[in-house]
Amino acid sequence: MRLSGKGLIDRTKPVSFRFDGNVFQGFEGDTVASALMANEVKLVARSFKYHRPRGVMGAGSEEANALLTVGRGAAQDPNVRATMQEIFDGLETRSQNRWPSLHWDMLSVNDLAAPFLGAGFYYKTFMWPKAFWEKIYEPIIRRSAGLGALSGAHNPDRYEKAFAFCDLLVIGAGPAGLMAALTAARAGADVILAEEDRLMGGRLNGETEEVGGMAGADWAAGVVAELEAMPNVRLMTRTTVTGAYDQGTYGALERVAHHLGDRGGRPLECFWRIVAKRAILCAGAIERPVAFQNNDRPGIMTASAVRTYLNRYGVAPGRRVTVFGNNDGVHQTARDLIAAGVHVAAVIDNRRDATDSNDYPVYRGAEVCNSSGRKGLESVTFRSLSGEDKVETDCLAVSGGWNPSVHLTCHMNGRPVWNEAIQSFVPVDGMIPGMTTAGACQGTFSTHGALSEGAAQAIVALDTLGISAKVTDIPKAEDAPYEVAPLWAVGGKGRAWLDFQNDVTVKDVKQAASENFASVEHMKRYTTQGMSPDQGKNSNVAALAVLADATGRGIPETGTTTFRPPYVPVSIASLGAGAQGAGFAPQRFTTSHNVSVDRGAPMIEAGLWYRPSFFPARGEKTWRQSCDREVNMVRNAVGVCDVSTLGKIDIQGPDAGAFLDFVYTNMFSTLKVGRTRYGLMLREDGTVMDDGTTARLGEQRYVMTTTTAAAGPVLRHLEFVHQCLCPQMDVQMISVTEQWAQFAVAGPKARDLLNDLVDDDLADENWPFMACGPIKVLGVGGRLFRISFSGERAYEIAVPARFGESLFGELNRRAEALGGGLYGMEALNVLRIEKGFITHAEIHGRVTAFDIGMERMVSAKKDCVGKTMSERPGLSGADREQLVGLKPVGPVKQLTAGAHLFEVGAAAVRENEQGYTTSVGYSPTMESYLGLAFLRNGRGRHGEEVVMVDHLRDVTARCVVCDPVFFDPEGGRVRG
Amino acid sequence: MAEMNAKSPCDGLLPIAAGDVHLSEIPMTLMTSISPFKGQTAALSEALKAAHGMALPAPNRATGRDGARVVWIGREQVMLIGPEPAASLEAHGALTDQSDAWAVVRLYGEGAEDVLARLVPVDLRAAVFKRGHTVRTMLQHMSVSITRVGDSAFQIMAFRSMAKTLVHEVETAMKGVAARDAS
Repeated sequence: MRLSGKGLIDRTKPVSFRFDGNVFQGFEGDTVASALMANEVKLVARSFKYHRPRGVMGAGSEEANALLTVGRGAAQDPNVRATMQEIFDGLETRSQNRWPSLHWDMLSVNDLAAPFLGAGFYYKTFMWPKAFWEKIYEPIIRRSAGLGALSGAHNPDRYEKAFAFCDLLVIGAGPAGLMAALTAARAGADVILAEEDRLMGGRLNGETEEVGGMAGADWAAGVVAELEAMPNVRLMTRTTVTGAYDQGTYGALERVAHHLGDRGGRPLECFWRIVAKRAILCAGAIERPVAFQNNDRPGIMTASAVRTYLNRYGVAPGRRVTVFGNNDGVHQTARDLIAAGVHVAAVIDNRRDATDSNDYPVYRGAEVCNSSGRKGLESVTFRSLSGEDKVETDCLAVSGGWNPSVHLTCHMNGRPVWNEAIQSFVPVDGMIPGMTTAGACQGTFSTHGALSEGAAQAIVALDTLGISAKVTDIPKAEDAPYEVAPLWAVGGKGRAWLDFQNDVTVKDVKQAASENFASVEHMKRYTTQGMSPDQGKNSNVAALAVLADATGRGIPETGTTTFRPPYVPVSIASLGAGAQGAGFAPQRFTTSHNVSVDRGAPMIEAGLWYRPSFFPARGEKTWRQSCDREVNMVRNAVGVCDVSTLGKIDIQGPDAGAFLDFVYTNMFSTLKVGRTRYGLMLREDGTVMDDGTTARLGEQRYVMTTTTAAAGPVLRHLEFVHQCLCPQMDVQMISVTEQWAQFAVAGPKARDLLNDLVDDDLADENWPFMACGPIKVLGVGGRLFRISFSGERAYEIAVPARFGESLFGELNRRAEALGGGLYGMEALNVLRIEKGFITHAEIHGRVTAFDIGMERMVSAKKDCVGKTMSERPGLSGADREQLVGLKPVGPVKQLTAGAHLFEVGAAAVRENEQGYTTSVGYSPTMESYLGLAFLRNGRGRHGEEVVMVDHLRDVTARCVVCDPVFFDPEGGRVRG
Repeated sequence: MAEMNAKSPCDGLLPIAAGDVHLSEIPMTLMTSISPFKGQTAALSEALKAAHGMALPAPNRATGRDGARVVWIGREQVMLIGPEPAASLEAHGALTDQSDAWAVVRLYGEGAEDVLARLVPVDLRAAVFKRGHTVRTMLQHMSVSITRVGDSAFQIMAFRSMAKTLVHEVETAMKGVAARDAS
């Protein structure tokens, strides 16, 4: 019921929204919870396990009952707290965990079966038969117990992440936080003030008390206005600090656009990583409910929530309200209700010495012990020395005292301590380095105390940063002592809820204790108390008080469970913002990319690079047709391929040659200027790291090429070797991969293609195999290397990347004029398999130089990285799996990569395994599938037959073992 | 006779603007990485000063101005941007042409810091990251070099091959910041 003339809502701006299909009206400034309450909607949710009717019980992020699904379709957002969701025109919300509707929920039969569904029910009931768990039990349990669901579709919403830095981070903008921020800001410090609510002020917005002679909310608004005008202050509303991490880093979730119908390009959420030199936690406290029989009916809520709805939203949560509790807050609630014209049916205070009142009936030393009403509260029963009595009421405001919000202080494994006077856990100093606490989260519950502590902690924090802050006048405010009597669970039969979100009752906790889950961490896991989105905000202290009682221990000895980040649920989408879809990693494009795509080439990922798979020609229907044509083209005419993705490292200095001798197994200091050599590189453990060619461009200058995949790791390795193993060497290195666009021109007509493109005569006496040097390409300074990965006469021509696209087009035109053209990765792969050239399919991290038949490349004349380790026993010899070639000889002509090799007649089982295939391809040149493989003692078994078995693809083929070089073993073609 | 046409890394991608923030490509110029040989750091700095009027910058610093700048880019590595490197430098360090290796863009305007705060985990506030300061860091998932070149202007260098991703990332952040500022 809406009250006139009260609250911080804008009554000139009506807003309409939907809940479960019905349209409701509210005002700007309302949450879904306050607007539904104004419309007297009490039933808003069904509980997690028993599907009990539930209503709103809080007014902030601690809400455990009123979880809704917001929006529709792919981007629907489950488990949104109705108390946090601001309303806007067109907002659509739905209740969850009910079928077919909120009012007629079939699964509320669970509530009747409650005696069987207590703690440990799953573990005991679904033991047998074992196979039923995954297929039958679990799906049923998941459907009947739970919260909202994701859409299952790709989420089109945009999320953002961001970084911020400051001298002082103030977490929470209640009286303590505002005072801390104001004190620090006036001293000139860089301040970030983060507040979960849309409105700063904390409890001041929900109370009637005065600060500095004016309404508390007005005082808060005045401070916010002053802070807003200061350039050294960043105010972050709708931002929850969710975690405290190492080195002053805090995670914070900003709900940027959840409150907007038209987001106007804004991200939905932004996840901040805030690095603060100092932080002050001013997170306030959460009022705790009291456990009694049927304490979960719609209409039963915390007393502070009742005051918030009354004072901030101008909504009466009921027409006849009863208040129950153990501290003076209950009387404040009653006074606020009376002042707002709401009838107070009774005040039930468990303290015998509680103050009496002339305005409303007070029952001292009494406790509420039961409630009734099906989908909304109708009456409560209370018990005192004079017996039980019943009072008709449609709303019960409950206060069991306050729990300081210590969560963040515990994120680095600190433990809070028990404070008997306030019956709560409070933080101790130093739980998070660089962070202090002030106000209610420290157990200081008076407004005056919060204001003074906020200011004092700011001064202390700034002092450690060498900034002197002046003592600001503390405005006059309420300073009443907080008096509270222990009240956790009212005795009696039936179920009394502790954790509303997970449907955990007093009985469950006692049962856990009786089954010897007596440690608080065991009890939590056995009962699920304090788990999931709630993280024990409402129930933690009460549950462990009940456990302490059941196990005969005190509360401090029982201790708390571990509070872990995040403080409120954080969407994975915001943590990984920017990484959706292709945003997961940068994309690297070669200069020839557009030309390749225009030619219809399917692009495949090679590391972060995109490379053409093949170039389909007119009439070709399969990739094999294109690949075969491209292979033939290179063997018979000329082909062009972009090889820019290979790593290129410029190595210079007086010791460049000596350095290469040390990182490569073979000699490079003896290489002549203008010549290129193939090199093999070992890891420190003696296995092969990478291979490639290195060209000597000058006396003190080399350019090394690496494989595409190993470009980064090889440069890192070289830096490591230089900095750690041979720092005495005078050598410098830097990547030039991106500087050069480099194209392979391969085939018998390669020289014809290049001859009139470059300014030099490419006659073999000038440019023999493995020659290299500078050259002018159509007037542009470039480099030419006569190297080959296909076994044909081939050149790699490099120009500065800006000319890459231009040169690629020109090479293609000239190749086509000579009966050739472009070739892609598939053809490149077949060409190299025909020649037995290795890639990382072969040098996959477990093979030695011996295994690939290159042990003679490990020079005996010098040391190199990995040499000694490669000489260990077991890394060479007949027991090793050695590189061989395979050709199918049986009826099955297909080979597959990753298949296993067995002796003819042997069972194809692991124990009989003789080796495996690494690369295969159909060779149009040899008119056969060819394979490279590692086979035990392979070099001694050429001519022998083996069986290749691919268990995954179900292919079995009889093969003959041969030399891995299938084509032109003498190498005549490459020399021309 | 065919011609070789030059194409800049961000060709067809820039300039763009959102709100008060602009992103444009800095026209391609000479870029030379320089790494001092053993014991030559001081001599190289002298030679740089004599030839180009700029000292060798300390780590995380840049010297010079628009048109002729030396930017620290890593351990014992700086990038000379603009002038043709004088032959006198060659005796003191390894010089490597990098003119085509980097996409070099300029992000400027009132909200430029806010845009970078969405992408870069480093404190780039004016009071901390002043004109002449530079940093090698991550921009989203990319390794970049960022230099403050004006009160609200930054030079960002990323690998040439990643130009498209660079523009996409910065543009997304620019739009997010502009949308918030519009409220």
